[in-house]
Amino acid sequence: MYFFPVHQVSPVAREDGWESESENKLDAETASDSESRSEFGGSAPVPTSDDTPEVLNRALSNLSSRWKNWWVRGILTLAMITFFFIIIYLGPMVLMTIVMCVQIKCFHEIITIGYNVYHSYDLPWFRTLSWYFLLCVNYFFYGETVTDYFFTLVQREEPLRILSKYHRFISFALYLTGFCMFVLSLVKKHYRLQFYMFGWTHVTLLIVVTQSHLIIHNLFEGMIWFIVPISCVICNDIMAYMFGFFFGRTPLIKLSPKKTWEGFIGGFFATVLFGLLLSYVMSGYRCFTCPVEFNNDTNSFTVDCEPSELFQLQEYNIPLVLQSVVGWKTVRMYPFQIHSIALSTFASLIGPFGGFFASGFKRAFKIKDFANTIPGHGGIMDRFDCQYLMATFVNVYIASFIRGPNPSKLIQQFLTLRPDQQLHIFNTLKAHLVDKGMLGSLEDA
Amino acid sequence: MGCPGQGGSPRDPWRGGSGGVGNSQSEVHGWAGGASRAFPTLMEVDLEERLHELDLRSDSDVPDVPPPTDSTPEILKRALSGLSARWKNWWIRGILTLAMISVFFLIIYLGSFMLMLLVLSIQVKCYHEIITIGYRVYHSYDLPWFRSLSWYFLLCVNYFFYGETVADYFATFVQRREQLQFLIRYHRFISFALYLTGFCMFVLSLVKKHYRLQFYMFAWTHVTLLITVTQSHLVIQNLFEGMIWFLVPISSVICNDITAYIFGFFFGRTPLIKLSPKKTWEGFIGGFFSTVVFGFIFSYFLAQHQYFVCPVEYNSETNRFVTECEPSELFQMKKYSVPPLLQAALGWETVNMYPFQMHSIALSTFASLIGPFGGFFASGFKRAFKIKDFADTIPGHGGIMDRFDCQYLMATFVHVYITSFIRGPNPSKLLKQLLILQPEQQLSVYKTLKSHLVEKGILQPSLRG
Repeated sequence: MYFFPVHQVSPVAREDGWESESENKLDAETASDSESRSEFGGSAPVPTSDDTPEVLNRALSNLSSRWKNWWVRGILTLAMITFFFIIIYLGPMVLMTIVMCVQIKCFHEIITIGYNVYHSYDLPWFRTLSWYFLLCVNYFFYGETVTDYFFTLVQREEPLRILSKYHRFISFALYLTGFCMFVLSLVKKHYRLQFYMFGWTHVTLLIVVTQSHLIIHNLFEGMIWFIVPISCVICNDIMAYMFGFFFGRTPLIKLSPKKTWEGFIGGFFATVLFGLLLSYVMSGYRCFTCPVEFNNDTNSFTVDCEPSELFQLQEYNIPLVLQSVVGWKTVRMYPFQIHSIALSTFASLIGPFGGFFASGFKRAFKIKDFANTIPGHGGIMDRFDCQYLMATFVNVYIASFIRGPNPSKLIQQFLTLRPDQQLHIFNTLKAHLVDKGMLGSLEDA
Repeated sequence: MGCPGQGGSPRDPWRGGSGGVGNSQSEVHGWAGGASRAFPTLMEVDLEERLHELDLRSDSDVPDVPPPTDSTPEILKRALSGLSARWKNWWIRGILTLAMISVFFLIIYLGSFMLMLLVLSIQVKCYHEIITIGYRVYHSYDLPWFRSLSWYFLLCVNYFFYGETVADYFATFVQRREQLQFLIRYHRFISFALYLTGFCMFVLSLVKKHYRLQFYMFAWTHVTLLITVTQSHLVIQNLFEGMIWFLVPISSVICNDITAYIFGFFFGRTPLIKLSPKKTWEGFIGGFFSTVVFGFIFSYFLAQHQYFVCPVEYNSETNRFVTECEPSELFQMKKYSVPPLLQAALGWETVNMYPFQMHSIALSTFASLIGPFGGFFASGFKRAFKIKDFADTIPGHGGIMDRFDCQYLMATFVHVYITSFIRGPNPSKLLKQLLILQPEQQLSVYKTLKSHLVEKGILQPSLRG
């Protein structure tokens, strides 16, 4: 269950967990804060419920509370990583389902914060409308993705074909219904609140739902495009924490006082290295590098293909500078590892801004964590705040640098055009190929 | 212009020269724009708390915006000085309506490029109006960087959209220039990098006491972008389909506004919705029927001219937009049998109509039935933030947003309608994607296409063409 946001009055977030509730009361601003809180009826600080399972509690009952918190975090981290590996083993379908669940949970957490901030529980219809909008936007995105990837399956089944043909229209009609219901639900005294919640819902949808669909797009490119970015972000989190713990001295940004430059830079180098190694290991396996496809005959997902150039070992010349250091003249690497450097760099340098954004958000709304789902870590959003920028970056990266458009999809689109349009495109393509010398002469078939 | 707060001065517009409305509550919002910092101790208390109070009070506690200054030009004032105030207002509205419609016709005459510019300017103005309201509500003039960031985000999103849509239409123009090719190829990446820069600047600009305000303004900016910029680009895409797809929807909405007003004026009795007490069911229904008839007749006239019916194309030789083509099936007269029910009433057995007129019925229906919800949304918004009009740009009418609030849903609807029912995928976009493929892929696609075209008899196998 989620704890009611206890108002953490000191801007310095104590990220090492709740020491004791009494410590809060000693802060200087507590008096005015709780006073103004009680003015608005009913948001007096509620003691945090300790969510740690009983088992762990007993096992760690002897340690001091600081080490206990360390251990709880550590164990949960290992649990989450193990869970991650299991899901990967189970395959793309399960991964998609997990991404969907994480998305719904994140949406729920952020909306709940909005409710708490605005005491909006009494707004008519609003909970229903928020979930309805989530459903609409998901329907729209899944419809677009499903139509692309499950093309043959969709063409076979008549109801699916109609749904896919008029997909945009149906999604728009569903969204409009929600919009009209919102307008009809406006109540005289609460206009402003209702508009706030409407805005809040839409911004949350923009952040949470679009990113989760970009993650699924990346997944379909090949599981390596899903696993490497996520692992880099996680690695950066952990490495930056460790470097900060051992060597940390200069604060990085006022928003997160615990982050240090040493952690930042150490995390950067460690993550790049980790990315290189992980991609090396993963590029060897087809199940990670091949695009996920839906096999119509077996009605299941398959990952089987001829590995693309990106995943074939190549010899690279080491620049002279490194040659003396490393002692090799050439090195065998996968081209993908070069890309992984770009991904890791982004994860270490820009990814943390997602974390700062989330920290700023938590400070703005005076909450310590988004929710209390994971003991020792906070809510699901707390774990995934850095991932969001990463997902968009990977998607944009793939679209810009890796793959072009899908030729078979283009042919399908071509076949739906009018004959004169088809002729025009054909002639332009032909002229282009002749230009490039691909078509030897005009007589060449 | 007379729009409060448009000048961007740090002074709180609410306590400017225009009357002392809300002065007694000025201490509560004591920190605003530098005009009075009479209570420094209050300021040191967390400003977030003040804002929280503002949020949670019921709407009636929020101070009103002072009445907007009268921006009617002097000429009109003198001409109408003899009439009573009610008729004066009527005349001003009437004259301005006619003026706007004339400007509209003029721009149509000037062509597609001018229309695009007009749509762009309207979008920028609407964005400005909504952001200014946000500033006023949150007294955000002092927030560091925020105005620059808002305009920067507007620029980024526009760059992204223009790159995606316009680049498709200017494909031949772009092919010739190397630098543009680079920009197009990596367009998404460049747009994303630009957006990220803005995002990081936002994070770095977060100031300790103003977190909540800054997040509010960030969200406000993004929702506004979502509404104004995406819709304006959909309008432009509709325009490129053919000017008729731009003119008929917009005219239907305007016609619905006017005829609903007139019907309501003469026959109005039953109120429609609490949000807008002046709207009546009689006006709503009367407006619906007249708009459908208007759309029907208007499309009949427009469908005859190639200028309106043809997709807008960019001719790279003459460097102009051309609208010349073989009119599609939609715009060729067909005989329809009149259903027996109407046969008796009208006395005709068949009627010559353009198929497009059927579509215009759908468009007009949407404009009359759902379009008004956009208006109600804007009314609710104005009530929520206690403003009478979005701004004071047009005398008698309010701001640009006031005129365009119903158009937004319409633009999206027309776009969705076109992609679902009228045309298939965009040929220029398809071509662009084909040209990005690897040469080997292009060759195999070429071969597949060729065999398909030969099969269908579109391409003669023996001719070289």
